[in-house]
Amino acid sequence: MKYVDEYRDPVLIGNVAREIHTAVDAARTYRIMEVCGGHTHSIYRHGLRDVLPANIELVHGPGCPVCVLPTGRVDDGLSIARHPATILCCFGDMMRVPGTKGTPLELKAQGADIRMVYSPLDAVRLAQENPDKNVCFFAIGFETTAPSTALTILRARALGLRNFTVFANHVTIVPAMRAILDSPDMRLDGFVGPGHVATVTGCRPYEFIAAEYHKPVVVSGFEPLDILEAILMLVRQLHAGEAKVENQYRRIVPYEGNPAALRALAQVFVLRPYFEWRGLGFISQSALAIRPELAAFDAEVQFELPGVRVTDPKAAQCGEVLKGVLKPAQCKLFGKECNPERPVGALMVSSEGACAAHYRYASRTEALEV
Amino acid sequence: MCLAIPGQIVELHADQPLLAKVDVGGVRRNVNVGLLEEALAPGDWILIHVGFALSKIGEKEAAEQLQMLKAMGEDELAMEEVRGYSFAEQYAAPP
Repeated sequence: MKYVDEYRDPVLIGNVAREIHTAVDAARTYRIMEVCGGHTHSIYRHGLRDVLPANIELVHGPGCPVCVLPTGRVDDGLSIARHPATILCCFGDMMRVPGTKGTPLELKAQGADIRMVYSPLDAVRLAQENPDKNVCFFAIGFETTAPSTALTILRARALGLRNFTVFANHVTIVPAMRAILDSPDMRLDGFVGPGHVATVTGCRPYEFIAAEYHKPVVVSGFEPLDILEAILMLVRQLHAGEAKVENQYRRIVPYEGNPAALRALAQVFVLRPYFEWRGLGFISQSALAIRPELAAFDAEVQFELPGVRVTDPKAAQCGEVLKGVLKPAQCKLFGKECNPERPVGALMVSSEGACAAHYRYASRTEALEV
Repeated sequence: MCLAIPGQIVELHADQPLLAKVDVGGVRRNVNVGLLEEALAPGDWILIHVGFALSKIGEKEAAEQLQMLKAMGEDELAMEEVRGYSFAEQYAAPP
């Protein structure tokens, strides 16, 4: 077991780690998926793998917005920047995500007016300041981020803006979890549930996983201690033969979520019949589209988009890594053609992507270990 | 991506009820509080995500969250994000 004194609460970490070691049944394995990319990042950064028993396997889930965005949607978004007198705005995470014809950063260097914003409201400001230009916000993110986009669209409407649109790529985590549970090559014993998504959705949407699939879910915070506690709670449920939704992150996450944020979502968005996820394929009702009555703010209505599906580069195995079938280092391109300087797939772009986290934090020997 | 930044409310604006001025590590910016139902007062702590308050939290939770950002090496990124918010002016003008 790794020395625990480098953690903020070395005693507590040591205690929980020991409890996990005592609790596990050596005769079985535990396959636990941490759904959220923030958890993936924390697990790698803090070397939590090293304090866990070998028979607990952590599978990295799809909770990284840029990682699950298919290349075709990146191309669609970037095509907007090629329209005359148009400013395309995106979050920093998007700037290095490769589309077929390059990343937003590269297109910007070639002259496209692409700007990084920290808030969708900053894009509204740009629309106010540039009345002669069309400003489009390239929206990505799970339920944590979507309510902010919703209020931004309502704000643009209240301001009477006619030069502001949103290219909506908001996805919802629950259908993706169902798709993973239904996937034939997926054998999971339980889930570390997403923390900040649950501040909006609450814990109730995960109850079907316990009820229908009989798998435990523990919504968890992001500190090493949170994640270890969540894993211990999962192990205890599994031993007791229980499957329920527990909330380890109670200090931040109310069980019922944030009603105002849920109302904002319902006011602005409708569920798409289906949406493509990188690696997971088309998933029913897994993404949000802007309501028809707000079509004036919908980039998919206001711009003609290519809408072409693009398959991942053949050698890249992002899909298998996203589903947890392969470990990052098992991909043929990992650390070679695909690295954080020059990512081929989005999992290598974001610090929440399993590949970038593995590349950055796994020791050299561990990175080569498959 | 799901970075949530703790900030302390330093000022509420009677004429702009959707905005609150927050202090994040000495940087003061306005954030949108339209996603919160709770009554807010100066001194309250909130979690901020892409310019919006996502939830009201306790002082202890805020300190822990800040500690977590540091431990994740994301505190600089968080400060950069807060410094980057530049949308408050739009709320000053009547819609």
